Amino acid sequence: MEDILHFFDVFISSYHVFLDGLWITLKLSVVSLLIAIVIGLFVALLKISNIKILEWIADAYIWIVRGTPLIVQIFILYYGLTDILLIPMFWAGAAGLAFHSGAYIAEIIRGAIQSIDKGQREAGLSLGMNKGLTMKRIILPQAFRRAVPSLGNQFIIGIKDSSLVSFIGMQDLFGVASTMGSNSFDYLPYYVTVAVYYLLIVLLLTFIVNKIEKRLAVSD
Amino acid sequence: MSEEQEMIRVEHLNKSFGELHVLKDIDLTVKESDVVVLIGASGSGKSTLLRCLNFLEMKNSGSIIIGGEQIEKKSHDLNKIRQKVGMVFQHFNLFPHKTVIENVIEAPTQVKGVKKSEAIKEGKALLDKVGLGDKYDVYPSKLSGGQKQRVAIARALAMKPDVMLFDEPTSALDPELVNEVLTTMKELAEEGMTMVVVTHEMGFAREVADWVVYMHEGRIVEYGHPDEIFNEPKEQRTKDFLSSVL
Ligand SMILES: Nc1ncnc2c1ncn2[C@@H]1O[C@H](COP(=O)(O)OP(=O)(O)OP(=O)(O)O)[C@@H](O)[C@H]1O
Ligand SMILES: [Mg+2]
Repeated sequence: MEDILHFFDVFISSYHVFLDGLWITLKLSVVSLLIAIVIGLFVALLKISNIKILEWIADAYIWIVRGTPLIVQIFILYYGLTDILLIPMFWAGAAGLAFHSGAYIAEIIRGAIQSIDKGQREAGLSLGMNKGLTMKRIILPQAFRRAVPSLGNQFIIGIKDSSLVSFIGMQDLFGVASTMGSNSFDYLPYYVTVAVYYLLIVLLLTFIVNKIEKRLAVSD
Repeated sequence: MSEEQEMIRVEHLNKSFGELHVLKDIDLTVKESDVVVLIGASGSGKSTLLRCLNFLEMKNSGSIIIGGEQIEKKSHDLNKIRQKVGMVFQHFNLFPHKTVIENVIEAPTQVKGVKKSEAIKEGKALLDKVGLGDKYDVYPSKLSGGQKQRVAIARALAMKPDVMLFDEPTSALDPELVNEVLTTMKELAEEGMTMVVVTHEMGFAREVADWVVYMHEGRIVEYGHPDEIFNEPKEQRTKDFLSSVL
């Protein structure tokens, strides 16, 4: 009982620090998701390009991302990149997360593109639209709609994965929890607190994705 | 163009899918305003022939001459050719994320650069013509099969093609919806549209076709006016086929 009261005490009294962390986590997650979608779209198009060398490049990228731990990728990007050019920690973290999610999003988008009935492409071509225009105007809009649930899921994974940036020193949600915990030698309540924050974000996000899904279903 | 102008000429056309020789030495001429109906058993190559005519499939050999010009992948922009050769598919292939009018104006605005207001005006006129004047703003999912196919016809017509290809346009429809689509096609034929139609609707072939082509195992076995083909077919295989479908 006392423990529970203590947790609430910590939860409430620490909110302003956690809000700073929350802001960083959200900014990081959204920025890295947007970059990851661009990477993912690009890599997906490479994979379906029917040009061997481009397919290999895409495969190699996906292989590297899948075959190595995210924390290793972040460390290499952060320490590797800062050696070459000085990038702010935020962008190193965002780049690391985007590099990682990009591979998974590429597979999501490729799957979605290939799930669109081939009659759609043929209809576009038969109207005189070239391949690029058909992809942009006919296939991709449908593919993205179809990919919304999976993209939402990947975003949720991305938010949780973003906690790893605390290991390069960022004060995101998890970074804040770690710092507060070690400063007070009172770890558990802070880790439970941060868990609650993540749970709430994921809950909210699940709700939003479901809403978008419903909205998009109207035209189907 | 005069009445006798050649719209499409196919010479010695061959097409294979791997080992499978699907079109064998096809010769076919379609003149302006002709309605040519292709009939034949499943797998005889009707769709493949049609799809070669707008280069959704690439021939292996032979020539395809459209509007007097021999079309080759290397020397021609096939997208340009396809603007002139409209196609209507068995499964409509409407764009489900676009409303009816958006389906119709998509290609004119995106490909030809027609102004949107202009395209909408023309698109509405076409939809009125196919009897869908009240459906501009609905999504295809809200339409019956017959309505979808009429939208698909309007969408193809919006590019002002010289020729229209139809691949079994009524085969996916409930029987009671077949006639509305056939009526639209008949009106189009009466306006002088050049049409190549694959269909199992022998009544339509008899009534609307100028020429009927019977295909069997990748070859054109018999070619003639509908009276000849339906009333006094010369080839035994044509007789067998007709007795199986009539
Ligand atoms: N893309 C393809 N790859 C391999 N084989 C194909 C392909 N398209 C068609 N075929 C084969 O070519 C042959 C002719 O097919 P096609 O679709 O032209 O026949 P069809 O006369 O239109 O038949 P149906 O009345 O069933 O539509 C068939 O054996 C078919 O399996
Ligand atoms: Mg067919």
